[in-house]
Amino acid sequence: MMLSENQSKELLCQYGVLIPEGRLAHTPEQAEKLCKDIKARKYVVKAQIAAGGRGLAGGIKFAATPSAVANEARTLLNSKLVTEQTAAAGETVHSVYVEAAIDIAKNYYIAISFDPNSGQPILLASAAGGVEFEQLARMDENAVKTYLFDDKPETRDELIAFLKGVGIEGPEAVETICNAHEAFCENDLTLVEINPFVRTADGKWMAIDAKIALDRNASFRRPEFDSMVEDLGMSSSETEAQKSNINLVKLTGDIGVVANGAGLGLATNDMITDAGGKPANFMDIRTTARSFDVARGVELLLSDPTVKVILLNIHGGGMTAADTVAEGVNFAYSRAARKLPVVAHISGHNAEWGINILRDRQVPVEIFDTMSGAINRVVEIASSGRTG
Amino acid sequence: MAIFVNSDTRVIVQGMTGRSGTFYTDQSARYAPCYVGGVRPGKGGSQHLDLPMFNSVKEAMAETGANASMVIVPAPYAGDAMIEAIEAGIGVVVCVTERIPQHDMSRVKKALQSSKTVLIGPNSQGILTPGQCKIGVMPTRLTMPGNIGIASRSASLTSEIVAQFSKAGMGQSTTVGIGGDTLHGVNFVDCLKHFRDDDETEAVVLIGEIGGRDEEEAAAYLASLDYGKPVIALVVGRFAPRGRQMGHAGTLSVLGGGTAQDKISCLRDAGAVIAENADDVVAAVKRTQAAG
Repeated sequence: MMLSENQSKELLCQYGVLIPEGRLAHTPEQAEKLCKDIKARKYVVKAQIAAGGRGLAGGIKFAATPSAVANEARTLLNSKLVTEQTAAAGETVHSVYVEAAIDIAKNYYIAISFDPNSGQPILLASAAGGVEFEQLARMDENAVKTYLFDDKPETRDELIAFLKGVGIEGPEAVETICNAHEAFCENDLTLVEINPFVRTADGKWMAIDAKIALDRNASFRRPEFDSMVEDLGMSSSETEAQKSNINLVKLTGDIGVVANGAGLGLATNDMITDAGGKPANFMDIRTTARSFDVARGVELLLSDPTVKVILLNIHGGGMTAADTVAEGVNFAYSRAARKLPVVAHISGHNAEWGINILRDRQVPVEIFDTMSGAINRVVEIASSGRTG
Repeated sequence: MAIFVNSDTRVIVQGMTGRSGTFYTDQSARYAPCYVGGVRPGKGGSQHLDLPMFNSVKEAMAETGANASMVIVPAPYAGDAMIEAIEAGIGVVVCVTERIPQHDMSRVKKALQSSKTVLIGPNSQGILTPGQCKIGVMPTRLTMPGNIGIASRSASLTSEIVAQFSKAGMGQSTTVGIGGDTLHGVNFVDCLKHFRDDDETEAVVLIGEIGGRDEEEAAAYLASLDYGKPVIALVVGRFAPRGRQMGHAGTLSVLGGGTAQDKISCLRDAGAVIAENADDVVAAVKRTQAAG
């Protein structure tokens, strides 16, 4: 789960990483008022969205005076920002972060994450930091150097030598990176990205932007996570689904998709798109979900006015047997006023039982033996605009 | 032959007495008589599901000759359970538990560095050699012994495809779920190497998805040698929006790779046959057999 820029910086600041002085504002007036507390000759106004790529998309503005800050904040707030990393519709800007503009001598990129092969923390560093870093890194894989952290004390010299290789030098810079590593290890983080990591004109090392990802799976030992991620990027239906053991990601189409398992959900959406349809969501019913959890997921789809038809693609296995999912669908339909047509492919453990449940309880369902059969039919219904 | 597990495998279950542990041990032991005991600190000396319980993996191994363990311990304790099994020197550890913190998996991977243990998972449906040994949570009714080796990152999609194979009369040598987490044990390359050496496996199917670098590494491995057997790959998530986590965990975009298109094109370039979608995998295998 990604933290916002100001939350990320706050956490790094607690570990001694230098950041520009800044404030979070929700209105232009607030932005104007708060920036008067910041000692700076010039300000930066930054749109707060969960996705990266803001700089190139016009989400970062410079302003010389508090009234100019208010103007820039007015333009950004409530606007939709479309970046390389957002959905096509973009993300609405609900707040801006105003901070002191820093006189930068040079931009670098650093990130700490896990190396998938060794499973150990890895440092990525590049002398090509800044807004265009990701594009550069994609074109030239040598632009990023990697260093595997080790818990042996003598590796500090190796780290110093590595950093020197990308042009990051001096005890202050090394200290900052060690501090970021400590933050990574002590807080169940899966990513600390500082871009740009800068050397300022007066020789300090500073995090101008930062992105931190928390490991939600560690929430059981990090009670603070819940409040930190409260209002971050997830739509209300996504948050609601999480509570019911369902991963739901809202998409822009009109076919509501119910699938158990992440891979099956992705495979289903691929096939819908290939057949000319548009999924309204990605859904992954986790193995621990019960019938009532499934019902909640289906209700979220039924109450979404953009959804025209529902596709069930279920392969019963282990604990999420097909009848568990069918029961859930049935619960949702028995309570909902809006009963959309259902097209289903149901196989695996207790498939026949599941199909019987849907038919007996008069859920408006059409059953197909193959995924392709069900998907072609659901696309046909969606494109004809028929709503049952 | 099969890979990693067969009828000679002797399995203990860590976390056997819990609700899930009881349910899946019972199912797995009914499927094939490979189960020899369970581990739950404090329950040593008792019996559960007619199997002897032990306080530690070490003790269970000494008493039963177990060479594999199924870890079905709740996420907060699963990391320590895997490390205990690895340090006891057991041959194969299969972890089905999902939602294990990455920092715990980091410690597990560290423990693996100095051991010979093979870790399958976590967040995996497990491993199945049809008719011989099941360690995991997958359904078995629609599986059958045969010559298709399967390695995959997702459980229910794999079960669906396995069912399609069985329906077409094509049995499976071994099905390995490498797991849906960023940090996991065996990867596609490990599975490919073992399937290559396995006489019973005639074709290998990889079921991949967006995120991570497993598919890219498999492609690099396939390009580096004459594999000698057809490899068929399905990669799902071609239309997933960038930057959103879709169920399983992705990785940092600067670590490269990740998109389904990239994975498909590098696997194709390395000589793998690409299945167009989840309904095309059986047909894709048949295409390679017709061509061969």
